[in-house]
Amino acid sequence: MAGMVPDQTPATSGDGYRRVVGPLLLPTWAMIGIFLVVPVALMAVYSFLTKEFRGGVDWQFSLAAYDQFFLNRGLFGDEPPVMEWTYITIFWRSIWQAAVATALCLAIGFPTAWFIATRPANTRGIWLFLITIPYWVNLLIRTVSLKFLIRDNGPLNEALMGAGLIDGPLPLVNTNLAVQLGLFYSYLPFMVLPVYAAVERYNFAYSEAAADLYASRWVTLREIVLPIVKPGIVAGCLLVFIPSLGAFLAPDLLGGAKTFMIGSLIDEQFKGSLGNWPFGAAVSMILMTLVMIALLVYARSTAKGGAA
Amino acid sequence: MKGVRHYPGFLAITVLCLVVLYAPLLVIMAYSFNGSTSITTWGGLSLHWYVDVFTGAEAARFGQAAWNSLTIAVIAATASTAIATAAAVAMIRGGTFRGKRATFALINMPLMVPEIVTAVATLIFFAMIGLTTGYLTILIAHVTFCIPFAYLPIAARLQGIEGHYEQAARDLYASRWQAFRLILLPLMAPGVVSGYLLAFIISLDDFIITNFVKGAGMETLPTAIFGSVKQGIKPNIMAISTLMLVVSILFVALSYLINRKGRRSP
Repeated sequence: MAGMVPDQTPATSGDGYRRVVGPLLLPTWAMIGIFLVVPVALMAVYSFLTKEFRGGVDWQFSLAAYDQFFLNRGLFGDEPPVMEWTYITIFWRSIWQAAVATALCLAIGFPTAWFIATRPANTRGIWLFLITIPYWVNLLIRTVSLKFLIRDNGPLNEALMGAGLIDGPLPLVNTNLAVQLGLFYSYLPFMVLPVYAAVERYNFAYSEAAADLYASRWVTLREIVLPIVKPGIVAGCLLVFIPSLGAFLAPDLLGGAKTFMIGSLIDEQFKGSLGNWPFGAAVSMILMTLVMIALLVYARSTAKGGAA
Repeated sequence: MKGVRHYPGFLAITVLCLVVLYAPLLVIMAYSFNGSTSITTWGGLSLHWYVDVFTGAEAARFGQAAWNSLTIAVIAATASTAIATAAAVAMIRGGTFRGKRATFALINMPLMVPEIVTAVATLIFFAMIGLTTGYLTILIAHVTFCIPFAYLPIAARLQGIEGHYEQAARDLYASRWQAFRLILLPLMAPGVVSGYLLAFIISLDDFIITNFVKGAGMETLPTAIFGSVKQGIKPNIMAISTLMLVVSILFVALSYLINRKGRRSP
């Protein structure tokens, strides 16, 4: 490179923009830093403040929000504290609903992903496209559509009654099942895509070797395939479970009072004068902590898998 | 050997999967053309509810909401794509630098934090700094959470472009800016367009965060629809839903085609 003006030394492929990294990243740091990192930190602070009656907070340190979540001190707050189960039950129900939705997604999503990944390469794109289209349709509209379809005198019940399969309408709306179906319907593509990516990379020579050694299809699936594509399955489960846990639309539109989930509990704290901002912030903190734990466990397991 | 790839029943489950995904959408599309005023009985094919969407009692409210949604989506997608493009160039072409991992985590943060938590945190932040919730607060929130969605396709595209092209340009005395504008930007264009469309759809789709930071009297299409379906699903909602559905599918198809075309060129 002799004879070149020093300032115009050719850029090496990897770091041609090394000197302008700061200015290029500044807008990202500013936007996400100011409008997400600072707000989350502020939310953590708010969860330790005193509730103000018109909605909002008093800048007084208080553990009242966490106290309300975990302890019951009686109607007038003067009884010895016992464990408060109301909110823990809501969390437990949310975890259960999200888990069932995840299991449903896996039961339908794995065979679908497998089927698509074993198609000829030129048709896989079309199949994947078909699976992803509904995801791009507004989640609210999808949830409303599902409600319309499964409601008491909706098309599904009419069709089933018309076919003589049931005598009266199946009461689906406002049940746990409806919420699970809604979550399943909301996040199914999140399961199919990572599992598909894992199956596509799978070397079918392993299956052939197993078949040569007289392993049945299902033994091969369980003993050979599943351990190899596990990272894809775990990623898919996480991608369905995490948004399901804090979901608002599916439980709110498809469920009733008995299917109250974390999302609705948080939402309620910020609506009107009945709200309780510090409590809502505390519930959000607890939800975020759960999600972060799940993500950390996942990061640990993939790091271990990568090293092995 | 086809045998090991074939599992009995997997085709049936795939078909079931597609039926489950599409049935609700097809049903609502079909019923949007219902001539009857009741949602339960079928009164023949009619465009009645589409006319109602544009001229009916709620036309003004939904029209304003649609306008808000559209302008917010355009501005948010434009801003977040510009920000994400700069970030992708720095992350992929900037070599190793201090804070790279932290920056990567920061870009992905809107995807990691549950949406409802982002909604709560953003509302608290705006209340704290005393910014009245409304159009501007929705816009700020949308730009922020659209950044990772715009970033992912742009970074993926950039990763596939080798450094030779810019290097050749620089060897021929192009300035860094010329090499970027005339060489790198056209090469990464399909990723940028994909990122833009993705951000646009994500912004248009958002309900939870918008619902928290919108303030009283301000509506986007999803919040207006939500308010309306709380009182029961009316046929005009089905017509609006069908229109939105068609727009979304057009956008995704466009993004898919652009990406496929982009993949054929270097």
